[in-house]
Amino acid sequence: MSDKPRLAVFKFASCDGCQLSLLDAEDHLLAVAEAVEIANFAEASRDITPGPYDVSLVEGSITTPHDAERIREVRRDSKFLVTIGACATAGGIQALRNWKDVRDFTSYVYANPQYIETLSTSTPVKNHVEVDFELRGCPISKEQLIEVVSALLHGRRPNIPSFSVCVECKRRGTPCVMVAQGIPCLGPITQAGCNGLCPAYERGCFGCFGPMESVNAASLTGKWMEMGVKSSDVVRALRTYNAYAEPFREASDAIAATE
Amino acid sequence: MTTAPVILDRAAIDAMIGVIEGRGHRVVGPVVRSGAVVLGDLSSTADLPVGISDEQTPGRYRLTARDDEALFGYVVGPSSAKPFLHATGVPVWQGERTADGSFATRKPEAPTPVAFIGIRPCDLAAIGIQDKVFLNGYRDGVYGDRREGVFSVVVNCVEPGGTCFCTSMGTGPRASKGYDIAVTEVIDDEEHWFLAEPGSDAGQEVLAQLGAAPASDDERVRVENLLVDAADRMGRGLDTEGLPEAIKASMESPRWDEIAKRCMACANCTLVCPTCFCATVEDETDLAGLEAQRVRRWDSCFNEEFSYIHGGSLRPSTYARYRQWLTHKLSTWVDQFGEMGCVGCGRCITWCPVGIDITVEAAALAAAAKEATHV
Ligand code: SF4
Ligand code: SF4
Ligand code: SF4
Repeated sequence: MSDKPRLAVFKFASCDGCQLSLLDAEDHLLAVAEAVEIANFAEASRDITPGPYDVSLVEGSITTPHDAERIREVRRDSKFLVTIGACATAGGIQALRNWKDVRDFTSYVYANPQYIETLSTSTPVKNHVEVDFELRGCPISKEQLIEVVSALLHGRRPNIPSFSVCVECKRRGTPCVMVAQGIPCLGPITQAGCNGLCPAYERGCFGCFGPMESVNAASLTGKWMEMGVKSSDVVRALRTYNAYAEPFREASDAIAATE
Repeated sequence: MTTAPVILDRAAIDAMIGVIEGRGHRVVGPVVRSGAVVLGDLSSTADLPVGISDEQTPGRYRLTARDDEALFGYVVGPSSAKPFLHATGVPVWQGERTADGSFATRKPEAPTPVAFIGIRPCDLAAIGIQDKVFLNGYRDGVYGDRREGVFSVVVNCVEPGGTCFCTSMGTGPRASKGYDIAVTEVIDDEEHWFLAEPGSDAGQEVLAQLGAAPASDDERVRVENLLVDAADRMGRGLDTEGLPEAIKASMESPRWDEIAKRCMACANCTLVCPTCFCATVEDETDLAGLEAQRVRRWDSCFNEEFSYIHGGSLRPSTYARYRQWLTHKLSTWVDQFGEMGCVGCGRCITWCPVGIDITVEAAALAAAAKEATHV
């Protein structure tokens, strides 16, 4: 046993993309391995050692009774629990089931749906256990992940802003796609973290990082509709990776109710 | 210093860019990027938005084609001098752990001084405002290091834009001070020339190297008329008479609530504003704890954390944040710096994704305040 902080990575209902961000952090990976003991990271190594862990990164949403049990164990084993990505912080794209009857899906997908044991909802980790820090994004930004790990290691506050994507557009000098090109963009109500990626490629923001700190969805969606976006398309834009995050959910429900 | 204006053609403007570059400047001017005119690196007039104009209304900006080859036939886009002088994402200091276990810091090097070609009178005035913020009394290093040695070729505006109101703010459409060279472009079916006036010794030196002919009386009168005419063709206006007091009397106005219904607190208005100066500093370390730096980045009064103190944010609502912004721009800035914090460039109007218009909001607040005092 070393005296380095022990790091674990856990997966629930998810695509693995967020954990991959850690493996993808090439420049930093060796430094991470130097600074912490990677005690449990199934995607990277079969060498899995039992808890307790100093920092646990949790990917994925809670969609089965087994998940709901297991996340409590993870919490018990973890000093500091960080959820990573839209699934773990908001329920993910799979939270679309929360508007439907999940048994309809299982009956289409599986030959013997009676063997499928699943919850009727996909919910974020924070609905089940106390979470110490949330990293947003679909997928997360590897820079933000390294930032959080580095801040924890050195006992300082992580620089993870909760303001809009627009701030990142302006800091990097991207002309606003909504104003200059009439492209509908979720940036004004979406939390920063991607460094304004899509607008920099002349695309509207898709809302990967979920709701920013003070969402005014009615104003933005009203503007979208003025620009000619159909209300059904506004609902679809709000119901993606962060569909079940409260401000997005309330906004899409309010518009859907008028249809 | 002689101040006699001279006449330049496009080739002479190219020559001027070369001369300025030769004096050791990074030459920056209007270029088209992603559907907008922004300020970027310039090597000749071919890089300029030749034959391009713009349409600006609240929340909407579009480039349009002109039927001539004007070099400066548009007004301000989203970027001003601010990204170059009050730069964002720059280290204030950097440092590393040394062999003996202590920590050595170093100051980052100052960048090459910028020369702005085709900056507008409102933006020149905005530099003057930021000079007061950053250099009056004490010297801000990030700004001061970039501000020193700046060379400005201002282009007076003969065709104001749809959200411009510099006439109201006394900053345009003609620059009155703070430039090295002031240029006015004249173009019609028969002719295309530029009247250039030096505003400093450095400007005079540059113009002297171009071997240009002095302007005739007719040419000077023509430019004079164009600029007088332009002052009357502003897309917007703002009555500043008694405005700072009227805004102060409006702290409890229901208008702020109405604005907060539309405002998304996205911060675009403050970040495009050439005078808004708020910034934050973030401390960064590497994983190994060997290197650290303090980085300064633009911040905004629309961000919740901006007013965070122990226990919470001082301005938790959008109502309070918009009120802070407009009140500072048009009222308390006067108490602080002796002038308003607005030059009438119209950027906050055009680049607000939902088109909230400071001139409309300020006028409504002022009207309501006046009415209240007459009751
Ligand atoms: S492109 Fe989108 S995210 Fe960027 S400033 Fe415009 S509205 Fe905001
Ligand atoms: S407040 Fe608006 S119009 Fe005034 S200087 Fe700032 S961006 Fe320009
Ligand atoms: S006034 Fe417009 S640009 Fe400014 S924060 Fe509000 S919505 Fe954003």
